[in-house]
Amino acid sequence: MIPSFGQGSACERTNGWWCTDWLRDHWGDTLQPALLQHVELSLIAVAVGFAIASALAIAGFRFRLVDAPVGALADFLYTIPSLALFQLLVPLTGLTETTVEIALVSYTLLVLYRNMVEGLRGVPADVLEAARGMGLTRVQTFVRVELPLAAPAVLAGLRIATVSTISIATVAAFVIPKGLGEPIFVALNQNLFKTEILAAGGLAVALALTADGVLVLAQRLLTPWSRLR
Amino acid sequence: MRSQAAELVFDEATKQYPGRPEPAVDRLSLTVPAGEICVLVGPSGGGKTTALKLVNRLIPLSSGDIRIDGTSILDLDLVTLRRGIGYVIQQVGLFPHMTVEENIATVPRLLGWSRQRIRERVLELLELVGLDPDHDRRRYPAQLSGGQQQRVGLARALAANPPLMLMDEPFGAIDPIVRARLQEEFLRLQRELGKTVVFVTHDIDEAIKLGDRIAILREGGRLAQYDTPARILAEPADEFVAQFVGADRALKALTLRTLGDLDLRPGTWLPGLPRVPVATTLRDALAVLVAEGHERLIVVDEAGEPLGTATRDDLLA
Ligand SMILES: Nc1ncnc2c1ncn2[C@@H]1O[C@H](COP(=O)(O)OP(=O)(O)OP(=O)(O)O)[C@@H](O)[C@H]1O
Ligand SMILES: [Mg+2]
Repeated sequence: MIPSFGQGSACERTNGWWCTDWLRDHWGDTLQPALLQHVELSLIAVAVGFAIASALAIAGFRFRLVDAPVGALADFLYTIPSLALFQLLVPLTGLTETTVEIALVSYTLLVLYRNMVEGLRGVPADVLEAARGMGLTRVQTFVRVELPLAAPAVLAGLRIATVSTISIATVAAFVIPKGLGEPIFVALNQNLFKTEILAAGGLAVALALTADGVLVLAQRLLTPWSRLR
Repeated sequence: MRSQAAELVFDEATKQYPGRPEPAVDRLSLTVPAGEICVLVGPSGGGKTTALKLVNRLIPLSSGDIRIDGTSILDLDLVTLRRGIGYVIQQVGLFPHMTVEENIATVPRLLGWSRQRIRERVLELLELVGLDPDHDRRRYPAQLSGGQQQRVGLARALAANPPLMLMDEPFGAIDPIVRARLQEEFLRLQRELGKTVVFVTHDIDEAIKLGDRIAILREGGRLAQYDTPARILAEPADEFVAQFVGADRALKALTLRTLGDLDLRPGTWLPGLPRVPVATTLRDALAVLVAEGHERLIVVDEAGEPLGTATRDDLLA
């Protein structure tokens, strides 16, 4: 049986790969809102993940005892497949945005935490000795030396976390009708409309590439010295 | 700008690292008069670095005391103590994320100097250590050669004009030619600044060249001899010191004086005699005589004008 694609254009009725008229008609009511929701979901996840990872990383850096358990937990969270994690969370937090964010944040933690701790630990011993010898306090050493020197590693982690969050966030549509996963989900469930799947998927890829580009630019601006070595 | 220099006193200073049978520095007592360079020299593991770091309390004393201008370092607040001491290390330890200017400005910034004052000080210091104030100021450490980095390290340590400098093998990782130049410049700088300096090296020649006094540490951080270079070379306190300064100590002693220190003979300016600048060390002058097979040389001033003559015996007297 040939599925019916409604009353749209010829392209739509034959389930074409790239129906420009459909894209034009549904940019406003489908694609654009999905894109904005996707940005929002990802942004919140990365921001919250960054905040939590920072706190944990500072603790893990200062107190080695903290590092092992936190690292293990982050490792563990990272290994749970995203669909399974959503399934596990739904009974607890329901079909809500919270469920999605908890899952997304969990995935950012490992990369961010590891990169932050490694960045902080990677500060050369001679640099630290010079700082101490010059009379920088612990806090001054942290703020003026350790943090900036950890920045390249932190930004590298942020890039990976952001790109993977944007990609994983498409799966959020299994829980809530939001993000670029939603149009894909709808098309898969209803009529396998190729143009819609392709457009939403393409937007997700473009979003990931754009975010990555922005972060690379930030890296160049914030740590101009890091490319000299 | 000449700062007041500080007198530094080690008083039975001892460091016993936990879990070690022997102390690393053993009841070290010596006084570095204000404005002098004291070179700590000795074999590897002799406790030189440890002794140096006791002063700015990067390593805590086990017993004994160290006093700067009469005040025990234990009575000073740690940050105040360290900001009053310039600290230079072999690995330099420049901050890779800061430009040369920002590196040098570190301590003045912490001290809350005005922008204007910091800028002026940075330019002055760059000039002082032989870097280009316009060009080098905005560069990052990774863009500098090892010798240039060490100059920046020195400028950074001098930034707040501390009366006391601690230097741990600052020229150790630098090739011999640049090293010799840095040593010369360091001496010129010191004539200008007149700081109290504790300088660690394991190179006896560097010690002789730079030190007003030399402290020779033997294994276990015990002081073998503390004296002027001339006296250490002329009268080593024991077999260990004699060995350490080397069998050629008589020759080394010749590096301590220049032709300018001799009473020159008025002479006939025979053509064919070697003409040697007055600032040449007696050792180098002797080398010229040996190389050219002469008994006598003509001493000339910077402009090349003859000042007098000296014989080989004059050099060795
Ligand atoms: N943190 C430490 N813990 C335990 N032992 C130490 C420590 N630092 C140095 N030592 C020991 O103390 C002794 C003196 O070391 P120190 O670094 O002061 O010697 P040094 O004269 O500076 O040697 P070098 O010429 O190799 O730099 C050595 O036996 C060294 O192994
Ligand atoms: Mg040492």
